[in-house]
Amino acid sequence: MITVDSLTKKYGGFRAVDEISFTAQPGRVTGFLGPNGAGKSTTMRVMAGLTPATSGSATILGRRYADLPNPGREVGVLLDASAQHAGRTGREILSLAARTMGLPRHRVAEMLDVVSLVDDEPDRRVRNYSLGMRQRLGIATALIGEPEVLILDEPANGLDPSGIRWMRDLLRGFANQGGTVLLSSHLLHEIEVIADDIVVIGNGRIVADGTKDELLEAAGTVVRSDDADRLAHALADAGVTGTRTSDGAVRTDADAAHVGRVALAAGVALTELRAADGAGLEEMFLELTAETQRETSRDDQSEGAAA
Amino acid sequence: MSAIAVPQTDQSRPTQQVRPRRTGVPARIPTSRVIGVELRKMFDTRSGFWLMASIVIANLLATGAVILWAPDSELTYSTFAAAIGFPMAVILPMIAILSVTGEWSQRSGLTTFTLVPHRGRVIWAKAVCAVGVGIVSMLVAFAVGAVGNLVGTAITGTDLVWDASFQDLVFIVLGNVLGMMVGFMLGVLIRNSAGAIVSYFVYSLVFPTIFGLLASAQGWFRDLQPWVDFNYAQGALFNGSMFGEQWANLGVAGAIWLVAPMVVGLALVMRSEVK
Repeated sequence: MITVDSLTKKYGGFRAVDEISFTAQPGRVTGFLGPNGAGKSTTMRVMAGLTPATSGSATILGRRYADLPNPGREVGVLLDASAQHAGRTGREILSLAARTMGLPRHRVAEMLDVVSLVDDEPDRRVRNYSLGMRQRLGIATALIGEPEVLILDEPANGLDPSGIRWMRDLLRGFANQGGTVLLSSHLLHEIEVIADDIVVIGNGRIVADGTKDELLEAAGTVVRSDDADRLAHALADAGVTGTRTSDGAVRTDADAAHVGRVALAAGVALTELRAADGAGLEEMFLELTAETQRETSRDDQSEGAAA
Repeated sequence: MSAIAVPQTDQSRPTQQVRPRRTGVPARIPTSRVIGVELRKMFDTRSGFWLMASIVIANLLATGAVILWAPDSELTYSTFAAAIGFPMAVILPMIAILSVTGEWSQRSGLTTFTLVPHRGRVIWAKAVCAVGVGIVSMLVAFAVGAVGNLVGTAITGTDLVWDASFQDLVFIVLGNVLGMMVGFMLGVLIRNSAGAIVSYFVYSLVFPTIFGLLASAQGWFRDLQPWVDFNYAQGALFNGSMFGEQWANLGVAGAIWLVAPMVVGLALVMRSEVK
């Protein structure tokens, strides 16, 4: 279990993480979703005691990270798979972790096997590893102490599709047996396929938080008719607010049954009526992403301000 | 129907189960284990290994050079000790610097400080390892020098002269360990390999020159120099003339140039972000 309570991290006047609170529950995979620069990594570094929080707290299994007597045995952390001494072999890096945690030597070989670093790969120096191999090594380091909690920052980066599938199965199994998993991603799809709970962060603030089902349900309804104008009028007359999508459909927060009755009453023939399938989540996420595309939008904004 | 060749992937074998373990709060990591791990990290990379190997290689080269080129009359133990001492005074601080800065320059600190979330313990363990390596290296150097003295005098047929007392050797070890701690301090303060190495040379080459010039130009500074010039104060260790005042000089200069910046460096390490 991970509890984040009113956590804030300021850099000068910039609030990288702004009063965020959420929990990651045991037995569940919690996806931490947000565009690049939203504050995911900063939050995770605060959790692992690498970055001091400005205010608020993050606890793991009810204790601050620094109060964990042997953290590797309780929480597995992978923040950046490339942050390793390039001159060490994968086996050596894993051996150092095992020795620090006080684990028997055979755990190293076991973990290399679990993450499928095989043949000569464990004895190559990490500078010669692909990003995917580094991720596997990082996951092995996180798992070697048989922790209860996993904190993984963008663990799918650099993995090939079969590797992503492998990791998904691994984390699913871990959570199903009562483990707590928090993993971050900037890709909605990646989080959708694995997470039970989703926490969406943008510009340092939490913008959505709930089970995956709740968040997808909240997405509303998509309705379409050959006569889009009449449909729009009918919905407007019935007090159902919605937005026209670019391909002529209407997306609304009202549930599908109500929209269907409105259309029937107005005599509008529908060609499509369905739940929006996370389109809302995706749209919200795209908006967030667009906002943080600072390089491209800054010029537009300044021009807009001048006009 | 033609069969599609399926490439061998990880899916060809089932994902192994990894299970969370819940057996209560584990015991605290003992400091001896942190020290053991940090010691291993000084040797387990190619650069670390060769740095260590270079101690032995430099010893042998220096000893060989004395046997080949030193005049017979100077073929005494102190000549060997001095010749070997010179490369050691460069290599040992480099070892100390890299043992600290690697965590930042190579970013391995992300793992180190996650597994041991008390940075002071890690730095302390590194300091213990650095001093240990320094003392052992100096003992190896003395042994190589002794063999060189035996072999050298046997080749030239000159008398065997052991003109260094046990106390002299202890002071030389202390001097080198202090030099090593200066490197260690700069590593902690700067936390960047290149930056710390450059500052070490500024510390050990540029500062003494400036102080020397100042002392020769300004009379008032001449009396002050032993108290504020750490290199000057250490010099007494190497020429064996340590008395009460020299110890006091060493203590004061060391407080200014070693202890104070170390305290600042430690404070920065404790507070800084590890990225």
